[in-house]
Amino acid sequence: MSELSEPLPQGTAPGFLERTTNFWRLFTRNRSAVVGLCILLGVLILAAIAPFLYPDSPFKLAGRPMSEPFGDWIFGTDTLGRDIMAGIAHGARTSLLIGLIATVVAVVFGTIVGALAGYYGGWIDDLLMRVTEVFQTIPSFVFAILLVAIMSPSIQSIIIAIAVVSWPALARLVRGEFLSMRNREFVQANILMGMPDWKIIVVQILPNCLSPIIVAGSLLVATAILIESGLSFLGLGDPNVMSWGFQVGAGRSVLRRAWWICTFPGVAILLTVLAINLVGEGLNDALNPRLRERKG
Amino acid sequence: MSALVDIRNLYVSLPDGADRAHAVEDLSMSVNPGEIVCVVGESGSGKSLTARALMGLLPEPRVRASAGEIHFEGRDLLALDREERRLLRGEQLAMIFQEPMTALNPLQTVGKQIEEVLLVHTRMSRRERRERVRKLLEEVHLPDPPRIAASFPHELSGGQRQRAMIAMALILDPKVLVADEPTTALDVTTQAQILKLIRELQERHNTGVLFITHDFGVVADIAHKIVVMQHGRMVEAGPADQILNRPREPYTRALIGAIPDLHPRSTGRPETREVLKVAELEKTYTRKNFLGPANTVHAAKQVAFSLNRGETLGIVGESGSGKSTVARCLVRLMQPDSGAIELDGIDIAGLSRTALRPHRRRVQMVFQDPYASLNPRRRVGDIIAEGPITQGARRVEADARARELLGLVGLDPSAAERFPHEFSGGQRQRIGIARALAMDPEVLVADEPVSALDVSVQAQVLMLLSDIRDRLGLSIVFITHDLRVAAQVCDTVAVMSKGEVVEMGPVAEIFTAPKHSYTKELFSSIPGRDWQVPDLTAAQGAA
Amino acid sequence: MTSRIGFILRRIAQAIPILLAIVVINFLLLKLAPGDAADVLAGEAGSATPEYMAELRAKFGLDQPLPLQLAQYVGRVALLDFGYSFRHEMPVTELIFNRLGPTLLLMVTTILLAVGFGVMLGLLAAIWLNTWRDNLISVLALVAYATPLFWVGLMLIVVFSINLSWFPTSGMETIAAFNTGWDRVFDIAHHLVLPAVTLSLFYLALYTRLMRASMLEQSGMDYVTTAKAKGVTEARITFRHVLRNALLPVVTMAGVQVSSLIGGSVIVETVFGWPGLGQLAFESLFARDLNLLMGIFFFSAVLVLIVNLLVDLLYTQLDPRIELT
Repeated sequence: MSELSEPLPQGTAPGFLERTTNFWRLFTRNRSAVVGLCILLGVLILAAIAPFLYPDSPFKLAGRPMSEPFGDWIFGTDTLGRDIMAGIAHGARTSLLIGLIATVVAVVFGTIVGALAGYYGGWIDDLLMRVTEVFQTIPSFVFAILLVAIMSPSIQSIIIAIAVVSWPALARLVRGEFLSMRNREFVQANILMGMPDWKIIVVQILPNCLSPIIVAGSLLVATAILIESGLSFLGLGDPNVMSWGFQVGAGRSVLRRAWWICTFPGVAILLTVLAINLVGEGLNDALNPRLRERKG
Repeated sequence: MSALVDIRNLYVSLPDGADRAHAVEDLSMSVNPGEIVCVVGESGSGKSLTARALMGLLPEPRVRASAGEIHFEGRDLLALDREERRLLRGEQLAMIFQEPMTALNPLQTVGKQIEEVLLVHTRMSRRERRERVRKLLEEVHLPDPPRIAASFPHELSGGQRQRAMIAMALILDPKVLVADEPTTALDVTTQAQILKLIRELQERHNTGVLFITHDFGVVADIAHKIVVMQHGRMVEAGPADQILNRPREPYTRALIGAIPDLHPRSTGRPETREVLKVAELEKTYTRKNFLGPANTVHAAKQVAFSLNRGETLGIVGESGSGKSTVARCLVRLMQPDSGAIELDGIDIAGLSRTALRPHRRRVQMVFQDPYASLNPRRRVGDIIAEGPITQGARRVEADARARELLGLVGLDPSAAERFPHEFSGGQRQRIGIARALAMDPEVLVADEPVSALDVSVQAQVLMLLSDIRDRLGLSIVFITHDLRVAAQVCDTVAVMSKGEVVEMGPVAEIFTAPKHSYTKELFSSIPGRDWQVPDLTAAQGAA
Repeated sequence: MTSRIGFILRRIAQAIPILLAIVVINFLLLKLAPGDAADVLAGEAGSATPEYMAELRAKFGLDQPLPLQLAQYVGRVALLDFGYSFRHEMPVTELIFNRLGPTLLLMVTTILLAVGFGVMLGLLAAIWLNTWRDNLISVLALVAYATPLFWVGLMLIVVFSINLSWFPTSGMETIAAFNTGWDRVFDIAHHLVLPAVTLSLFYLALYTRLMRASMLEQSGMDYVTTAKAKGVTEARITFRHVLRNALLPVVTMAGVQVSSLIGGSVIVETVFGWPGLGQLAFESLFARDLNLLMGIFFFSAVLVLIVNLLVDLLYTQLDPRIELT
């Protein structure tokens, strides 16, 4: 029978370091993801050093209003004479902060709802999914505008508004994952052991759903930044904090005479969102190798 | 007689990074008109890619025929351009697939999909095409051809879909039919009908058939010639009778030796202490429709049986027979609607989740799918130890016990440090058994534990199960669709159909003298039932 | 046919609880908002005595317990009564119906542009897989997918209105021209180009990416192998088999995206001065005209429900596996 026996795995089991380098290898195989990561790092660094580069408030008047770009000020000044580059640097902090926190809130909430609905099914699922459906029917941006308007504009209210309109998509995703995992045989084996539900949900199933959650979460950051910029463009931003959307909105009325006021902050939004999307795709390729096979 | 298809020194290369450079290496074989050639092998033997290379359906450029020749009617297919090959497909060379559901376009009617062959290869009028499709559907014995032609794939049964696929393949009377595991996804009774149909049509049209399969029973039923493959190489080839009954190569002998014999193993069952008693078990599924009528399926009707200590009870049946429902009720993954499941006199059928917890340990399950049954994110040691820990055992003790159990199921204790994906299917199934044993169960419910495994690995896992049962005094409820397996491992057999146990009794009785009409039909459908698996053990010892 | 009517009725029945929940949310938001209708009215009137305020509250039923107020609110909404817009001195419902037309025009044009071109570009990218054409389409889609709507609008104005003077910067028609007949249609179409292009760009990118991915996924399916085994040509496989299967997820997504499209129209209408619901919402936001804002909010949700129903109906036409029962 020797010909038919299967060889046992040889060598030592791969450790944490090995798995990390493996992940990195898969990630860097997607060249545009690496480009995205570089841009994103650039934005992060800009946000980190903004208080040192421009220690003054970005609302402070720096010089002559509407100075052309690439002169005394690299991107010019706005209608009141504020330095646009200073605004962009400080705006990076606002965008990233709001994007990250709102995403974390939405991901945590959406994961809890989705996990409960997917794991328990039945009436719990029905109820939670109906609620989710309501939130998905409501036009999300309009809802966000309303929430911010009613809570009065501030960083907190913007974060809450973005989280409130963002969690349903995640809840649906996690529910789908849990539904398919729920009937996996290893979960049934855990039930047969008498393992409590919370432990099955948190220890057994959740780690298997992390890849899609991470990927969806990273893309959610990009969406959150877009929503935030839209809100502050409409004048619903926190009045005490500089943001890119506010800068674009402030330059709108002088579009004819000073194109640069709107242009450069917009480019900042575009690059940041693009970079995050690219990184998200790279994560997807690295975390879900099956999909990558199909693409090739 | 010159060969219809002549494959000479074929190599199929795999992309960089695959576990070997060639999926098929130096393969030479031929198919004559009117001949059925079976290519047999386990998973990874390269048999499917051989079929696709002949059809020109390899996923190029990643996988391609890198060397050799495939001659068909005097032309080397590999030297033809894409357009010439396309024109041959469907007209001269046709193919049927394993999964007729996914092999058909879900958005087009079956009739349209069959008609498309005529549309591409002929200049028939619409009327002629329709007429031809109707005739073919009749020829493959489908009832009411116009209705079938107007149906979408999801509206047909698995057997009907495969018949439609065969009609599609044979509509232009091709010289060669390539069949890639065409009956693997079907129930045994349907399988027998489809095999009969393929043979009938092939004889009538003098078609050469290249039949890919892993199942020696099927081979025994239809092959004229057999090619045995392993790891991309041909091991042995010859007339069916010679390979089946007098195989020469050690690999072929080992493969055939691993096939469970249909004749029940004689068993002496001394113990009569009853551990499990099931009475009047009922389970129905209801699919609620919003504001519409509800669909109800009766999955278990008045199911009753009992199990003695040390006994193996086989529950056999086709898909949809309710055997898996019964298994899930036994381990209480599902709550039965009514009836009793008594474990040493305690009825667990109606217990609440908390009341059930202390009894969970006593009935454990071995699952079907070795890939889905182990959590990919947890180490093997944790997978085995977490059961006892949940039940209150100390971590150190549970870990030590896990290593011990790995040894018991024939794995190295160091496997505890590894993740499941590092193991093969059979090894994972051993880990699954160790996990069940860690709970110290009295009854093991094994739900198709070997049906996802290659036949050679199957034999080893079955041996392990019966060995453990004898050593630990376990009782086993063995759910299977494979009657050969049932004959080898069971003491008692219950045959289920449409939620009911239609016949039950000692394995020898059921197998030699089935009484119920369904049981009779089931047994007459077993592939290769007329072939007596040769006893090769003595000869092997000599070799 | 009867099963189809039954299906529609069932879907409408399913939509009612959702609608009800939205009304409740509407009500709660109104209650959460600082100041009520009496405050607003009093504000309009200048100063007001506490007695007058109490009188006003009693008049609007604002002194009654919350559940009763909610019941009254639901009753009013059922009659499509969203109260009076003090800013515009008009009933909210009438105002909304006046502005619905321009918004629908913008949205339908956008959906047609986005789905039409998105499907086409995605299909072309999949056919030209891994060539420079595919890369170009993919890169453009990626960039468009990351661009904020308001910025695209402003940049298009800078280029096409200010520098090239091809299109007007704002409005829906040239008011002073008093065009009639076809002249008016062409005038409106001329004004529509930039807003529609702006709003559709993001969705165009989304559908392009989705269509491309969907085509690639479908070309790996078993039924494609079957078609190849039948000798069907590549072109026929792409257009007869893969295309229709690949469209299904795009159709689903188009339905899901309608709710975000309405949000986008707020921004686009504001940027281009398009006299639709979005602009109305923006104005009422700063006028603190909550009645109006809530009315628009509710109507946009109803719009989403209607579009979703239409998409479901379309889906049953495309996919025979969906049962109407």
